Amino acid sequence: MTTRDIVFIALFAAITAVAGIFPPITLPLLSVPITAQSLGVMLAGGVLGAKRGALSIILLLVLVAIGLPLLSGGRGGLAVFLGPSAGFLAGWVVAAFVIGWLTERFWDGLSFIHAALICAFGGIVVMYLIGIPWITLSAGVPLAKAIGGSIAFIPGDLVKCVIAAGVMITVKRSYPIIGARVA
Amino acid sequence: MLTELYVVGQSPLHLAPPALKLGLLFVYCTLLFVIPHPGVLAIGAVLVALGYGLSGLKASHAVMAVRPAFYVLVIIFAVQLWLEGPGMAAYIVARFACLLMAASLVTFTTKASEFIDGILAALTYAPAWVPKAKIALAMSLVWRFIPMVRGIFDEVREAQSARGLGRNMTALFVPIIVRTLKSADEISEAIHARSLED
Repeated sequence: MTTRDIVFIALFAAITAVAGIFPPITLPLLSVPITAQSLGVMLAGGVLGAKRGALSIILLLVLVAIGLPLLSGGRGGLAVFLGPSAGFLAGWVVAAFVIGWLTERFWDGLSFIHAALICAFGGIVVMYLIGIPWITLSAGVPLAKAIGGSIAFIPGDLVKCVIAAGVMITVKRSYPIIGARVA
Repeated sequence: MLTELYVVGQSPLHLAPPALKLGLLFVYCTLLFVIPHPGVLAIGAVLVALGYGLSGLKASHAVMAVRPAFYVLVIIFAVQLWLEGPGMAAYIVARFACLLMAASLVTFTTKASEFIDGILAALTYAPAWVPKAKIALAMSLVWRFIPMVRGIFDEVREAQSARGLGRNMTALFVPIIVRTLKSADEISEAIHARSLED
């Protein structure tokens, strides 16, 4: 880890924190708000790669844990790690890592479709694999019910995957970090 | 400027070391989960109420602790009501409320800077392979970067809404990320210039 890597990690933690204050967009059909924060998680992996992406999300979560209200809606403090949706926060770290790892693997010739699929796998499949069992465990809600309740968020997540993929590809073209040789 | 959730006070809870508060919170959560008995929960609820009273926090602070999870708790209550009946539903939701309020009690009575001092102090005992200096550097950098990225964010948003792209997330995120990443080179050079080794 060079100083430059540390700076990248800190910058992306800040970007993801600031993405939380972006006003949520509500899809017209379902009234589930989409916040830009999980977009920041996908981009942390997709722009910085597995290790740096996951570390930047961990850094953000440490700041949240010590009492800064950096999650969307001004949430923060230790309570968010004990609530029913705490599993999704742990899922962020793994999602950023998985998205970063896949992006690094398919970096040469990464297309918009690849990037969107990577984001969907990391940001939806992996995220829900961690978030939903936590709901079951902490709230005693059976798995099937927890899955049913989470389906409402999937359209919004798909929109985020498309946006994240577009940003990843554009950033790859204009200012690549993953493939770049260290000067 | 970074705001924090800390509430100013001089109570014994405010003055207690952060590590002790975290330890107590850990024991508290574990007990509530390991012994699923309404009696334990009732004692837990009384303890949390005592804590809020002792630290001079208002009832509105306790509400603030639970409010973000309110809708999820309503859904969980409904599902449990349907599956297990009113007793279980009330128990599960009350347990969440206690956990959230207890955790917030620690957050409300501890400054972020106290936690950071605690983390840095704990790092000195960490084994040699832990990059202590880098962790400390990352934590102090992000403190400064959040207001900076926020400034970039506001500028980009104004510029893009002038072009009619104010709601276009791609048009917002690309310039924010590229501008931010570009500043990384200057910042790391500046750190090197001040001879913090790499």
